[in-house]
Amino acid sequence: MVERSLGPADIVPPFEVEDVELYHPKSWLTKYVFSQDAKIIAIQYSLTALAIGLVALVLSWLVRLQLGFPDYFTFIDATLYYQFITMHGMIMVIYLLTALFLGGFGNYLIPLMIGARDMVFPYVNMLSYWIYLLAVLVLAASFFTPGGPTGAGWTLYPPQAILAGTPGQESGIVLMLVSLILFIIGFTMGGLNYVVTVLQARARGMTLMRMPLTIWGIFTATVMALLAFPALFVGAVMMLFDKTLGTSFFMPAIVQGGEVMAYGGGSPILFQHLFWFFGHPEVYIVALPAFGIVSDLISTHARRNIFGYRMMVWAIVFIGALSFVVWAHHMYVSGMNPSFGFFFAVTTLIIAVPTAIKVYNWVLTLWRGDIHLTTPMLFALGFIVTFVSGGLTGLFLGNAVVDVPLSDTMFVVAHFHMVMGVAPILVIFGAIYHWYPKMTGRMLGETMGKVHFWTTFLGTYAIFFPMHYLGLLGVPRRYHELGVTSFIPDSAHTLNAFISIAAFIVGAAQILFLFNLVWSWFRGRPAGGNPWRATTLEWQTPETPPAHGNWGKELPVVYRWAYDYSVPGAKLDFVPQNQPTLSGG
Amino acid sequence: MGLFQQLTEKPWLPSPLPLADARAIRLPAARLGLRVFCGVVTVLFFLLLVAYAERMAFEEWRPSAQPWLMWLNTALLLTASAGMQWAVTGVREERIEAVRTGLAGGGLFAVAFLAGQLVAWRQLALMTPFDITNASIAFFYLITALHGLHLLGGLVALGWTATRLQGDPPPAGLRLNVELCAVYWHFLLVVWLVLFGLLFSGNDNLEILLALCGVR
Ligand code: HEM
Ligand SMILES: [Cu+2]
Repeated sequence: MVERSLGPADIVPPFEVEDVELYHPKSWLTKYVFSQDAKIIAIQYSLTALAIGLVALVLSWLVRLQLGFPDYFTFIDATLYYQFITMHGMIMVIYLLTALFLGGFGNYLIPLMIGARDMVFPYVNMLSYWIYLLAVLVLAASFFTPGGPTGAGWTLYPPQAILAGTPGQESGIVLMLVSLILFIIGFTMGGLNYVVTVLQARARGMTLMRMPLTIWGIFTATVMALLAFPALFVGAVMMLFDKTLGTSFFMPAIVQGGEVMAYGGGSPILFQHLFWFFGHPEVYIVALPAFGIVSDLISTHARRNIFGYRMMVWAIVFIGALSFVVWAHHMYVSGMNPSFGFFFAVTTLIIAVPTAIKVYNWVLTLWRGDIHLTTPMLFALGFIVTFVSGGLTGLFLGNAVVDVPLSDTMFVVAHFHMVMGVAPILVIFGAIYHWYPKMTGRMLGETMGKVHFWTTFLGTYAIFFPMHYLGLLGVPRRYHELGVTSFIPDSAHTLNAFISIAAFIVGAAQILFLFNLVWSWFRGRPAGGNPWRATTLEWQTPETPPAHGNWGKELPVVYRWAYDYSVPGAKLDFVPQNQPTLSGG
Repeated sequence: MGLFQQLTEKPWLPSPLPLADARAIRLPAARLGLRVFCGVVTVLFFLLLVAYAERMAFEEWRPSAQPWLMWLNTALLLTASAGMQWAVTGVREERIEAVRTGLAGGGLFAVAFLAGQLVAWRQLALMTPFDITNASIAFFYLITALHGLHLLGGLVALGWTATRLQGDPPPAGLRLNVELCAVYWHFLLVVWLVLFGLLFSGNDNLEILLALCGVR
């Protein structure tokens, strides 16, 4: 590929993008607390998400204490156990992963990577964070209400979710539903911003196909979330009505303790449809930003252009669209019409095609690359491996006949943790190691980072790989105690104890990470503006960390795509997107 | 450049000039933002409609009488939209008085619509037999409440726009503000007409539709 050399006439003045009228903070309060700067909002989102995520991590420890050593921790009774798994699952999926990828990375990276000064509606963006915080607080409050948080499982299936016998049916479930509703309102405000900013506020020359894949991933995921969250919203509001006003949207006629309840005529399956119409796209709402980020990490740290860029973009969009027609693969055991089952199995398996294309393209990008095993790269590689093994078990479960016996066993728990628990978390870590220097001006400690990576990567395998085997044995999921069961051998209990110990070690490794975050803030090696020698715009800002408004007087002009690494004939092994000629300048 | 062309560009080939205007869609940001928002709200009400239809088609269904007041309320909402349109013409022709009357009309009739909905709530609650577990009744409250809340949000935006009428000459963005309010009013009117037509006009049109599709 030879680049025509550019004459001075080809260098164009910056494009007059209508400037977002930035609100310039006047006090400490408006600068750091009620800030309208997407970068500050991003950090607020991220810290809040990490804080509540830490709660979810501790909850998983408690769950593992009970599963690994059922006879020792008598304070964990069945009620607490159900509350733990429910809150663990819900927090991890929604309040940690969704918030961190879209509210955290979306806010930080979108304006910087596309060369904008800020989001197009900064005020709405600020509101979005505060409503998210409120949602988190309402959720956390449910730990302190009479009866405690809900223990209905993160899927909140009615009728049990609001009936006596399910922990937290007094008020925990109400707080959970209110919190979800708030989350969705807050997210919609942020999501509008991300979509419109990507479509309208790109710097001159930043065509759609010159956007880094990170932006494509976040953008598509946001569009999906805007379409999928309304389903959860409707489901949550209807269940709230059932619980508080006594309607019967989801509640069939029920006899409880010999008494006929006032409910009647409702359809529990309707909730399942609404929930999974949101729930499956949710998997990709988390996965697509991860896909995008990983592509950029791999390309940067292997000094090679991404293989098959256009295919990568189309695959992202195609996966996003397809994921709206597969939801009922979560409902194979709900007694649906077998031909529906067939339909959903087929669509599910079709998604494997674009997904596999992405994996091949990552591998082909690495092929003959100049791979630098930096911490972000290690996490990116860890993601690929984990995602492949989690994805393969997904192919098993996508087939209705295989899913029926495996449904509600530890096999499912192993599958979804690999594919949507561990894999995206690895990307989040990789991304934090990669962009922390831009956020703070300092590098994260590499040695601590590598220890963190290896314990997390190997440790999560130690946790979740054996769970597949437990699932095949028939060990059910969401069981407080297995008791004496003939088909579960003693060795399964030993394995459970092993898994638990691995979980504690992995959890402890995260404390090292948090320490690294704080320590490097003060003591880390100064990073300079572009420590990874990357091409994308966020590394070309005049200041690091970037000031309010991101760019100095003039917005950047984009001359090339985001992947000009090791271009023959270029002076350096990377050519920034805003550099007009190969030789620099 | 069409969207398809944009998506089939080969970005790795040298193309020295920054390709044309980067914007994928040429609209002021606020206008696009409102459209996206209307899209999200459409999904919301569409899902409610599907849920309604699902209950109607597959579970025991007890139709309930619909308050006749809904017809009057619909007329009020139509008038509100007409008022907003009046304001839009006014702002385009720079007749600030027309903008004032239009916005005031749009706002007042919207408030009257909401008040009418509250009365209809009351009417339905007094009808016998009133049974909240009956899905057709519960959906009535749920859907009208959500629609009303969206209109209430619109009223906040309208109020804010009204405060900008004070300046003389009126501020630069006024025209866009008024137009966006009108778009939102028209949008909520269309949503209401669909909901009203299918569910609340007392004619069980949704049932006819389902029967036509062979579901019921
Ligand atoms: C060290 C990390 C983690 C450990 C040790 C862990 C462990 C567990 C355990 C033991 C369960 C209960 C299984 C059962 O008996 O039903 C569970 C459930 C769950 N976990 Fe995790 N988990 C971890 C991280 C995550 C992450 C990152 C996610 C994000 C997607 C996640 C999502 C879920 C969900 C959705 C459930 C299902 C909850 C339910 O059944 O209602 N977990 N986890
Ligand atoms: Cu799924």
